[in-house]
Amino acid sequence: MLNTLIQPPQPNMYRYDEFDAQFVSDRVNQFAGQVARRLSGELTEDQFKPLRLMNGLYLQLHAYMLRIAVPYGTLSSKQMRKLAHLARTYDKGFGHFTTRTNLQFHWIKLVDVPAMLRELADVEMHCIQTSGNCVRNVTADQFAGATDEEIEDPRPLAEIIRQWSSLHPEFVFLARKFKIAVGATEKDRAALQWHDMAVQVVKNAEGRIGYLVMAGGGMGRTPYVAHVMNEFVEREDILAYLEAVLRVYNQDSRRDNIHKQRIKILINTIGPEEMRRRVAREFEELKRMGTLQLPKEELDRITAYFKAPDFETGLSDDMPDAGPDFANWVKTNIHKHKAPGYAIATITLKTPGQVPGDCSAAQMDAIADLMDQYSLGEVRVSHEQNLILPHVRKKDLPAIYARLKELDFASPNAGLITDIIACPGLDYCDLANARSIPIAQKIAKRFENLDRQHQIGELKIKISGCINACGHHHAGHIGILGVDKKGVEFYQLLLGGSGAEDSSIGAIMGPGFGEHEIADAVERVINVYLAERKAGERFLDTYRRIGMEKFKAAAYQEAAAA
Amino acid sequence: MLTANRLRDGDVLYRKGDGWVLYLTEGDVYRDQGCADAALAAANAELVRNEFVAPYLFEVREVGGKIVPVKEREIIRAAGPTVHRHTGKQAAHA
Repeated sequence: MLNTLIQPPQPNMYRYDEFDAQFVSDRVNQFAGQVARRLSGELTEDQFKPLRLMNGLYLQLHAYMLRIAVPYGTLSSKQMRKLAHLARTYDKGFGHFTTRTNLQFHWIKLVDVPAMLRELADVEMHCIQTSGNCVRNVTADQFAGATDEEIEDPRPLAEIIRQWSSLHPEFVFLARKFKIAVGATEKDRAALQWHDMAVQVVKNAEGRIGYLVMAGGGMGRTPYVAHVMNEFVEREDILAYLEAVLRVYNQDSRRDNIHKQRIKILINTIGPEEMRRRVAREFEELKRMGTLQLPKEELDRITAYFKAPDFETGLSDDMPDAGPDFANWVKTNIHKHKAPGYAIATITLKTPGQVPGDCSAAQMDAIADLMDQYSLGEVRVSHEQNLILPHVRKKDLPAIYARLKELDFASPNAGLITDIIACPGLDYCDLANARSIPIAQKIAKRFENLDRQHQIGELKIKISGCINACGHHHAGHIGILGVDKKGVEFYQLLLGGSGAEDSSIGAIMGPGFGEHEIADAVERVINVYLAERKAGERFLDTYRRIGMEKFKAAAYQEAAAA
Repeated sequence: MLTANRLRDGDVLYRKGDGWVLYLTEGDVYRDQGCADAALAAANAELVRNEFVAPYLFEVREVGGKIVPVKEREIIRAAGPTVHRHTGKQAAHA
């Protein structure tokens, strides 16, 4: 009810100018016309499919799915309430936050989509760049602008990349989708190295801020970790450099084989050195033309939208004492903020038994109220399918925690074994071979005991229902890949992946486990870790030290005996 | 059996005679490949009506007197997701 009592605060985030509003409005009208032409038969399905994909609309198992862009994971309370309204009005009362920090509705009617897009445009949202062979929605560190670890807020650059790529005539029909992420800390929370291209804000030896650019990372059928293309690109050159990378990709990528069309294949075929050489040549050409410099005034103009809020001063930096449950939540879900007396609060959408990433309309509305009351009207979506209140006064944390408990979103498990990433899988997705969500639920319930979760410590389980890897299984400390064997679901285990600054590709353990065996297999793997670990070692550290064999022996030996 | 999705809302359809029904239990089961292929050919010819999209055949078997899809994918399409059981076609029987 809070929204009816006070005016919501306007968070410091990008706001549409006249051009943006007109562009999105035109695009809505254009797509509404295309939908009408499809329904009347003027467009065939083959003609319509690429058009709907350019507007985030898929046909899935049970209905259409609409994927809404949440640029660099930043949402205002007004936008959150709009998503709640859409969930209630056009879906079945809930939405699903994805590993690309977007929101999907899984029960959409084609005839409703134009109206939905108009409603989204009213709150400066759209579905552009959420599907199709284009530069996809740019993602960023979910703690951007709040953490004291960053060199600067990476979101202005993310917004500039979004604007540069949205209507870029050269990159409308890429060979395949192209994903970009930005970060500004040594700690990587945005899985930078797993992206087609990633930009990290860095400082050089002279203390000047610039950008490290990586390219060629990706999951899917052929996983690769990105290569550094350039360790320091000057601020004004960044768009020219990114354009050079994309131009080389666009010109040289294979278009004859769908499995070899991503930039990771190009770079790992010609080698990173040759890629750097080709990019350098294009970059020099772009620099010589001088048409793609990023003027300081423009960077400043965009940066101003993301100006740090006026944080209260004189607040106590002590953490309130509100009992042991609250203390547990603080231990895992609260992170240090750059302003004294403030904190960053992670709301894990992963209470054991829940569908990872799902949020009901009522929960969205309630979170919007929390955003307004306690976090300057803002929330972030993380690629780990959680929500983050970025600017919270420490003294307000007990009240936030109490409200989250009522919403069943107060699980103190951020970064622990039950904070599982899972794609929608075969419950919804047309591409999936196996279900992901019930496996995530089963494992989360198995490890529900909080003492046990804390005993295990940091552990990232990531589950995909097919080789496309939307659930990031290659990057899981424990990854799970669903496969289809003659119409029956099986699950392969992978160990040793990471999506953080120590990124690595998980190794496949061996043949898959049945649906009813996989949670047991995970538990046996965990038991090996607990028996073998040295002081201070995470699961990933122990795996890297001792290798696969002991884990594999336990997983299969006991499976065979069962 | 033959299935498709309805164009206007994406709902799952099953072929019955010359038309479509919403529930697998009401759809036609083709006992031989010739009948199945003929039904698919007829459906493909009807795509120009713009009422449904992506028709295809899938296998079913009889279990305890009931017709059940062979593959998990079709079991889920017929019933709805195995989570949020209040959604999908299973909701009508809840």
